[in-house]
Amino acid sequence: MSVAVTAATDIHRTIDAVWRIESAKLIGALTRIVRDVGIAEDLAQDALVAALQQWPEEGVPDKPGAWLMSTAKHRAIDLLRRHALFERKQEELGREVELRLEQPDPVDALDDPVGDDLLRLIFIACHPILSTEARVALTLRLLGGLTTDEIARAFLVPEPTVAQRIVRAKRTLAEAQVPFEVPRDLEARLESVLEVIYLIFNEGYSALRPELCDDALRLGRIMAELVPDESEVHGLIALMEIQASRFNTRTGPSGELVPLLEQDRRRWDYLLVGRGLAALARAGDAHGPYVLQASIAACHARARTAAETDWERIASLYETLVEITRSPVVELNRAVAVGMARGPAAGLEIVDELMSEPALQSYHFLPAARGDLLSKLGRLDEAREEFERAAGLTRNARERELLLQRAGNSGSEERRKRSGI
Amino acid sequence: MRVLVLVKASKESEHGAMPTKELVAEMGKFNDELVKAGMLLAADGLHPSSKGKRVRFDDGKKTVIDGPFTETKELVAGFWIWQVKSMDEAVEWLKRAPFGGGEEVEIRPIFEEADFMEQLG
Repeated sequence: MSVAVTAATDIHRTIDAVWRIESAKLIGALTRIVRDVGIAEDLAQDALVAALQQWPEEGVPDKPGAWLMSTAKHRAIDLLRRHALFERKQEELGREVELRLEQPDPVDALDDPVGDDLLRLIFIACHPILSTEARVALTLRLLGGLTTDEIARAFLVPEPTVAQRIVRAKRTLAEAQVPFEVPRDLEARLESVLEVIYLIFNEGYSALRPELCDDALRLGRIMAELVPDESEVHGLIALMEIQASRFNTRTGPSGELVPLLEQDRRRWDYLLVGRGLAALARAGDAHGPYVLQASIAACHARARTAAETDWERIASLYETLVEITRSPVVELNRAVAVGMARGPAAGLEIVDELMSEPALQSYHFLPAARGDLLSKLGRLDEAREEFERAAGLTRNARERELLLQRAGNSGSEERRKRSGI
Repeated sequence: MRVLVLVKASKESEHGAMPTKELVAEMGKFNDELVKAGMLLAADGLHPSSKGKRVRFDDGKKTVIDGPFTETKELVAGFWIWQVKSMDEAVEWLKRAPFGGGEEVEIRPIFEEADFMEQLG
């Protein structure tokens, strides 16, 4: 009895693993046949249920992926046949379906030799008509093979909320009759895909959930193989690999944030650093926003100590990034880099120009950066005020703690002068 | 999680015999699949142990031993590092590898910092 139970749970775990490996390919192939991502997912689930019923009895087939694919495809074709029959009864032509069924062996003919199905599926999941949250949920579900429950736990939202998002997203796609194709305006649509992947990564990174970062990295690497000529994909992977290499060093023993320059570089993950630098090399000479951010991350990764950082190069990379993005946040980062490269006065000059920038009025990093430059210039009273202001603006408790600590350290100039420091 | 997949040496690999064209092609296809799935982090094949060396550490004494080493089954001929969700997933991937001549391939989870933290309490 206990042996049989063990065997059954073993098979269920095997089926889970096969599902993780195969589900995206299955759903992609099925969507091409039935032209509806919701129906495709249902059909794939049906095949999974069939496996759960048959495999414990008959054993796991030699090629479990092929078994699932052919089971699911036969179901898809049955569905199309019924649909065609129905249409004929309605005296409609349903010619497209008939044509597809006239091929000698519809199952073989429906093979996808170049992996385009997966790419089409990614573009559907990240379609601009969907909200960002819906894109994230659908991508993790369809491409990442995550269950609704796993997505809910990763994003700390109730499971029904995620389920609703996914149902609504599928309905939106069906109603809009979004075609299952690689879009002609590939670069514009790619932006949305990369944004979704980076969002997933950042959620994992800032909420300290490494699993989610791994999911994002895997999606990014899949994407890189599908569109290997797009430099920004490699840029994004490089950026994520290098950031992930610092995952363990960016928080201290009690969960406090450790700034990049104070991290223990010996504990960075050099397998990921190496992969990141290789991905960056693959991006070539292009200068898109992800490639530039990855190049900046690579400057830090290459420096064995914080003091060896090539700040001049970082400052010039930020300058190019500002030209592309026109973002005041990036300009602020440039100011910090300039401060490191050419001294705090040069950095402060740029920061002061940003003080009136409306987009940065409630951004805590502006007073924090200004406070840092002022304290380096010995203007401690002003520095303390800026750190306190920054602490009042941040919503992150750990960051607030760090800023208040810096405010305390800045002390009072008067007191210091009197005590002769 | 990450796993190290160890391909054990065989008489052939120890003799430095090159694999057949067919096997190389099939292995290439398998590796392509791993790359396309976004889970292959690193991979390499090793020269036979005749080109290897060992250093033995006794009480303050270090002895260098030249290959070849005899216990073929314990030797490693190549490795992969994979990123997977579970050991089950690693097993499923490995089952797809184009072996079939009595090779034994071992999957070992790699320690992560979190594991050390747990052990250190």
